[in-house]
Amino acid sequence: MTTTLTKPRRRPQKATQHERQRHPRRAGGRRNWGGGLAGLLWLAVVTVPLYWALITSLKARSGYYASNPLVPSSDPTLDNYRMVIESDFVRYFVNSVVVTAGAVVPAVVFSFMAAYAIVRGWRMRVLRAINGLFLMGLAIPLQATVIPVYLIIIKLHLYDSLLALILPSIAFAIPLSVLVLTNFIRDVPKELFDSMRVDGAGEWTTLWRLAAPLTRPAIITVAIFNALTIWNGFLLPLILTQSPERRTLPLALWTFQGQYGVNVPAVLAAVVLTTLPVLVLYAFGRRQLLSGLTAGFSR
Amino acid sequence: MSALTGHPRPRDARGVLPWLAAPALVLFVGFAVIPLFGVFALSFTTWDGIGAIRPSGLTSWRKVLTNPGLPHALWVTFLVMAVSWAVQTPLSILLGTFLAGRQCYRAVLGVVYFIPLMLSSAAIAIAYKALLDPNFGLGAGLKIHALSQDWLGRPGLAFGVVVFVVSWQFIPFHSLIYQGGVQQIPKSLYEAAQLDGAGRIRQFFSITLPQLKYTIITSSTLMVVGSLTFFDLIFVLTEGGPGDATRVLALDMYKRGFQASLMGPASAIAVILVLLGLSLALLLRRLGGRDAGASQLEGV
Repeated sequence: MTTTLTKPRRRPQKATQHERQRHPRRAGGRRNWGGGLAGLLWLAVVTVPLYWALITSLKARSGYYASNPLVPSSDPTLDNYRMVIESDFVRYFVNSVVVTAGAVVPAVVFSFMAAYAIVRGWRMRVLRAINGLFLMGLAIPLQATVIPVYLIIIKLHLYDSLLALILPSIAFAIPLSVLVLTNFIRDVPKELFDSMRVDGAGEWTTLWRLAAPLTRPAIITVAIFNALTIWNGFLLPLILTQSPERRTLPLALWTFQGQYGVNVPAVLAAVVLTTLPVLVLYAFGRRQLLSGLTAGFSR
Repeated sequence: MSALTGHPRPRDARGVLPWLAAPALVLFVGFAVIPLFGVFALSFTTWDGIGAIRPSGLTSWRKVLTNPGLPHALWVTFLVMAVSWAVQTPLSILLGTFLAGRQCYRAVLGVVYFIPLMLSSAAIAIAYKALLDPNFGLGAGLKIHALSQDWLGRPGLAFGVVVFVVSWQFIPFHSLIYQGGVQQIPKSLYEAAQLDGAGRIRQFFSITLPQLKYTIITSSTLMVVGSLTFFDLIFVLTEGGPGDATRVLALDMYKRGFQASLMGPASAIAVILVLLGLSLALLLRRLGGRDAGASQLEGV
């Protein structure tokens, strides 16, 4: 996704929440009919394809061509979904979960440790250099480095394994994660670090006992952002795996379409099924997800 | 210090810090920094992706630079970048401003607006491919002739579809950024304007838009640099076709490298991509002026 360049924002939520209380409506009294209408228009642009995909996935293949595409089937069927699940999608789902969890957890832990070191050791030249290196990673389209990544994965004898997807995913996630986490760790009052030191705590203890709890929202945010990016990733699985057993969901979706392209309801059932997990998460943790997406971007 | 007081401080605690950064550093160097240099190196070799890698000087570069495919791919990349920027920016600003309002119905609409953000490019592209199918898609089903064209089979139309789908996918993200930006504009500005009798449109052009300057720069940077890497969407939607109508640089790299087994020329294209991304990011930063916020590229 487009995560290449960022500017920091100091805790955006605070300011907006504050303003939320005082200003029930902008632009004052008059109702904004034009705006509302345009808003509804965009609503249609967003929902019509989604709605069409959903209802079509519930239609039987035979009657599908004859029916009105925007009217739900009077006799909805789950046959398409059964077919998708029988095409090994459970395995692809598990692969996606393994790759996402396997990459996000280390990516966030390592980024957090690095961010902590960068903030606490800002006076050390090494750490400033490391920080500069990570920042450079933000300005470079990392996808352009996939050919050497492919070579390295082959040399490590990892080609066509899930680990082959995990390692570069971690590396690609690091720059933005470190950036966001450093911004948040910087906001932890210095006195708290000092008092930890007086109590005799080492850096390792301070890292986990003080910095981590205090920046938990940021950690969750970063984890969500990375999870979404990796879950939806397509290029790395495309070039670093080969056998059907190693497919992740987006890749499986693509090959499924290649196979059953003419069976539109089945293809759409696959689309709906693979997006369902993320949409369920969206329903429950919308705030977190959205703030996760814009962490680090702003003014 | 510890020698003076006699207190053995946890043996120079500061020395621990670089080690905390080590795991992230190792992974980043291994799978991003080394590949970055590697791609330069590989562009001076001949490699089919499986066999041995043989140095071959400037052969790959000569091949790439004399191939008419390169200017074409650059042109398509530029067009996708420029047109999708021109489509996305105004719409995102308007939607962001719209969503920044506190009305309840707008919050509800926002919930739906942001759904495309959750979907993978592959899923979006596949759904649209089905939807636009001239025989089985939405247009054919509705029996509306204007909608049942061969959307992905004709160069001009396919390009338009790519821009549309890109916008459909990314406008929500940029509206989200703009929403945050608008909400940070001091309300006193609007109150003052209202006292002066400025209407809604006037307020938008003389307060909202100028105040969003830095948000526009951030969002544009993300759009422009990000558009260099629209790989999955275009790959699944059109595979660069019809012909090479939507063959952007990233796709050109993939096709030459992983489909035609010419890793040398593909690496040369990747180098061009890196340089392009880097210079665009720096250029946009220059446009933003130094006070575009403590820019994070400070270290570069």
